[in-house]
Amino acid sequence: MAILSKEETKKILEKVLSFSKADGCSVTLNGQDRGNIRYARNSVSTSGEDSNVTLGVQSYYGKKSGSATINEFDDASLEKVVRRSEELAQLAPENPEFMEPLPQQSYGPDSKTFSEATAKITPDYRAQAAADSINPAAAKDVTAAGYLQDSRGFGSLMTSKGLYAYNQATSVDFTVTMRSNDGTGSGWAAADLNDVSKLNAAEVSKIAIDKSLMSRNAKAIEPGKYTVILEPAAGSDLIRLMLNMNARQADEGRSFLAKKGGGTKLGEKLVDERVNIYTDPWHSEVPGSPWAGDGLARKKMDLIKNGVVANLLYDRYWASQKGVEATPFPSNAIMDGGNASLEDMIKDTKKGVLVTRFWYIRPVDPQTLLYTGLTRDGTFYIENGKIKHPIKNFRFNESPVIMLNNLETLGKQVRAVTSEGATSLYMPYMKIRDFTFSSLSDAV
Amino acid sequence: MKRRNFIQLAGMGAGAMMLPPLSAFSNVVDPARMLDPLMDTAQKKQLADIALNTAKSMGATYADVRIGRYLNQFVITREKKVQNIVNTESFGVGIRVIANGTWGFAASNSVTPDGLKKTAERAVVIAKANSKFQKEPVKLAATPSYGEVSWKTPIKKNGFEVPVKEKVDLLMNANSRAMDKGASFINSLMFLVNEQKYFASTEGSYIDQDVHRTWPSFNVTMIDRQSGQFKTRNAFSAPVGMGYEYLDGKAEDKIEGPGGIILYNKSYDIVEDASMAADQVKQIIAAKSVEPGKYDLVLEPSHLWLTIHESVGHPTELDRVLGYEANYAGTSYLTLDKWKSGKFNMGSKIVNFVGDKMQVGSLGAVGYDDEGVKCKSWDLVKDGILVNYQAIRDQVNIIGQKESHGCCYSQSWNDVQFQRMPNVSLQPGKEQVTPQQMISNVEKGIYIVKDGSFSIDQQRYNFQFGGVLFFEIKNGKIEGMLKDVAYQANSQEFWNSCAQICDERDYRLNGAFNDGKGQPSQSNAVSHGSATTRFNGINVINTGRTL
Repeated sequence: MAILSKEETKKILEKVLSFSKADGCSVTLNGQDRGNIRYARNSVSTSGEDSNVTLGVQSYYGKKSGSATINEFDDASLEKVVRRSEELAQLAPENPEFMEPLPQQSYGPDSKTFSEATAKITPDYRAQAAADSINPAAAKDVTAAGYLQDSRGFGSLMTSKGLYAYNQATSVDFTVTMRSNDGTGSGWAAADLNDVSKLNAAEVSKIAIDKSLMSRNAKAIEPGKYTVILEPAAGSDLIRLMLNMNARQADEGRSFLAKKGGGTKLGEKLVDERVNIYTDPWHSEVPGSPWAGDGLARKKMDLIKNGVVANLLYDRYWASQKGVEATPFPSNAIMDGGNASLEDMIKDTKKGVLVTRFWYIRPVDPQTLLYTGLTRDGTFYIENGKIKHPIKNFRFNESPVIMLNNLETLGKQVRAVTSEGATSLYMPYMKIRDFTFSSLSDAV
Repeated sequence: MKRRNFIQLAGMGAGAMMLPPLSAFSNVVDPARMLDPLMDTAQKKQLADIALNTAKSMGATYADVRIGRYLNQFVITREKKVQNIVNTESFGVGIRVIANGTWGFAASNSVTPDGLKKTAERAVVIAKANSKFQKEPVKLAATPSYGEVSWKTPIKKNGFEVPVKEKVDLLMNANSRAMDKGASFINSLMFLVNEQKYFASTEGSYIDQDVHRTWPSFNVTMIDRQSGQFKTRNAFSAPVGMGYEYLDGKAEDKIEGPGGIILYNKSYDIVEDASMAADQVKQIIAAKSVEPGKYDLVLEPSHLWLTIHESVGHPTELDRVLGYEANYAGTSYLTLDKWKSGKFNMGSKIVNFVGDKMQVGSLGAVGYDDEGVKCKSWDLVKDGILVNYQAIRDQVNIIGQKESHGCCYSQSWNDVQFQRMPNVSLQPGKEQVTPQQMISNVEKGIYIVKDGSFSIDQQRYNFQFGGVLFFEIKNGKIEGMLKDVAYQANSQEFWNSCAQICDERDYRLNGAFNDGKGQPSQSNAVSHGSATTRFNGINVINTGRTL
């Protein structure tokens, strides 16, 4: 029963609400069917499918709330989960930050988060995708390791104040690492989509195979400050880290968006004025649900406008304290790009480094948003407008804020897949000056 | 990766997520339910036998059944507020089989005779389907049949029996001590885990285990509006394989460390530590920014565990060495040829690493692993030379060994078990040396306490680590605190620069509650022991920047 229709969820949620004896409650009903295949050493290693539907009830008495979940849906079970949440609410300490559930909100049109093609993925499709990746690799003396995961699911929310929201979504994520059999080259490519009909596992795999062959026998160059061309996987893995623009942390003084002496950087210039980053649930390349988990209606909203901090994210409690409107948690981020292709950007570079992606990115100093991590799976030296040779991987120590102040060129946008799991980012190729590489790594 | 998620859920990271990372199959329950045993071992054996017989009758040459109940309790607070109290339960069965020389796995939350029969059938069907793509038939190392046995974490107090109110009161007490001392903010949490696992295999083992883990922690933050700085000092607690007795904070478990700090061994005083944290975070704000360059580092066990975890624990995992993790966690610089040579000096002669799933109080300790192998300890690095890896039943044949190392683990009944890191610990030094004596011989150095920022490449060569407290050492004396410190090194060079290790009196455990590996990713808990250790001539960078 993993995918319930709007009507089916409504029926169950209304029944759950009818059992409520508390001051009020909010009920979620979510379900997902997932499938995956994993391969390594040019052979499938594991594959699996799972399916789950969960009903969650949060009941409250004044400022005391309690939650319970269940995955059985007969009347007795539904009543039991409501009673259990009510018992827990009675036992809970008062939470001064508790917010009552929302009344009905006005949501925009449905977004194209659901694809029939993705919902119909079969184990055979996954096996074929793996074969399309493994066979061309084996033919080129390369070893493939990859993972394909797909899901179809729904989310729904109903509150005792009259709110009802529903959305369906599908996703398919494909990543592949290709290593040359002499152990000196490695390439990576990935795709993250709602609609699987846009996925060509063979094409994605070819990019990774080509990079693994191109990156063989990398030479060491001195660490230091370099002009870099960041492929979207690399650039967005750093930019995503500055998009958690939490208003409360900024107000409390524990954020890169806090200002010396007090106050926040809202309305102040943070990065180069060519930088525009916004969220939009109806964006065709990175569609998101028109409502956030707490039921707030999502809308198109600027995060950075002409380099200036345009909005901070206020949760409902903090918004109530500050007397401002609450901001729904964004589903995606889109950064404006330019017309330059990757080839144009390389042609236009006298001396620089092309980065495929970053890896093991961890915070060093939350105050300046300084992060460290390494390049991986295809790092190349550019000289006089051409890729000269592969280079050994670097460790970087850099802040996305400093990086976006050192912007040279914005290129074409693509739906980016980051190494560390962030999704729904539509980001450009970027050329950055003075990017800080602090040491060399022998890793391939 | 899971570590980061967890820090976020505790409101300690930028994300400040309020919901714990519930497994898709977990349910939120009443704490009283967690003390109800649900099912006895006789019932579990009967159910397991149904699955084992079904698998065999369908042509499986091997099958194992794990009936698992996984309980978690989170208590999350900040300052004077309880932010969240969550109790979760997940109960189900995972069945793994070998058919046509290929693994198949299926799981279900229907723990009934019919549920087990159907799940076993599905596992065999999947194994047979996957065998079309199999290029390397599974070879299992032999393991004895243990019959009906049981194992229990030797806890003194079951944390799930301690009323939630007592935990809330303890955290509130710690919070108020830090706030009274002038902290700007404190986030604190208590995290309890109980894994009730029943394992049965076609080889005749029926193993019932009751595993407990406990982790109290906090972050104290100080804001200095004038200078625009904010700094945090996190708890000096360790996540442990113990019960609630870890919170007893006994006097005999307190250690006066260099620089006037108090460290903890087998029990922890969260209230005292929160109070100290508030004092120390002010000192961090006022500390001198480090001059980059080469320093001799004296690394306290509460810090060194993470460097061991990343630069020794992960690269000695055989599945990484073989390439099974190439697309996610990465591979390893400790390739088979280095091991085969018998000469690869991973560290200096005083460096000895042991893998184990036995140490009392450690996160890795169990009686038997998740494929029914009795746990043991074994050498990974002996006198500086790489001598072995971490391997499980279907891997040891690759390194010419006949016996599994007993380090197979699954985070839940609905995930397939695979090779996971055991405790990997640096053995204490043979000469009698205290940390104070070690520091007294350092001319230009830094004493680092507690783990901080961490990052390492996919083959585990190049790493960078931060910390929480950094004390400058000049001519054998501690001169005061430093800030903006991180050190970078190559794993092999770093361990070869290991110059001195304190003796067993200073040996302590620390560890990771949520270490991630695999796709879909699974979490594992692991401890790392060491005594305070000195490394000569390590490159230190300054991480201070201005925006």
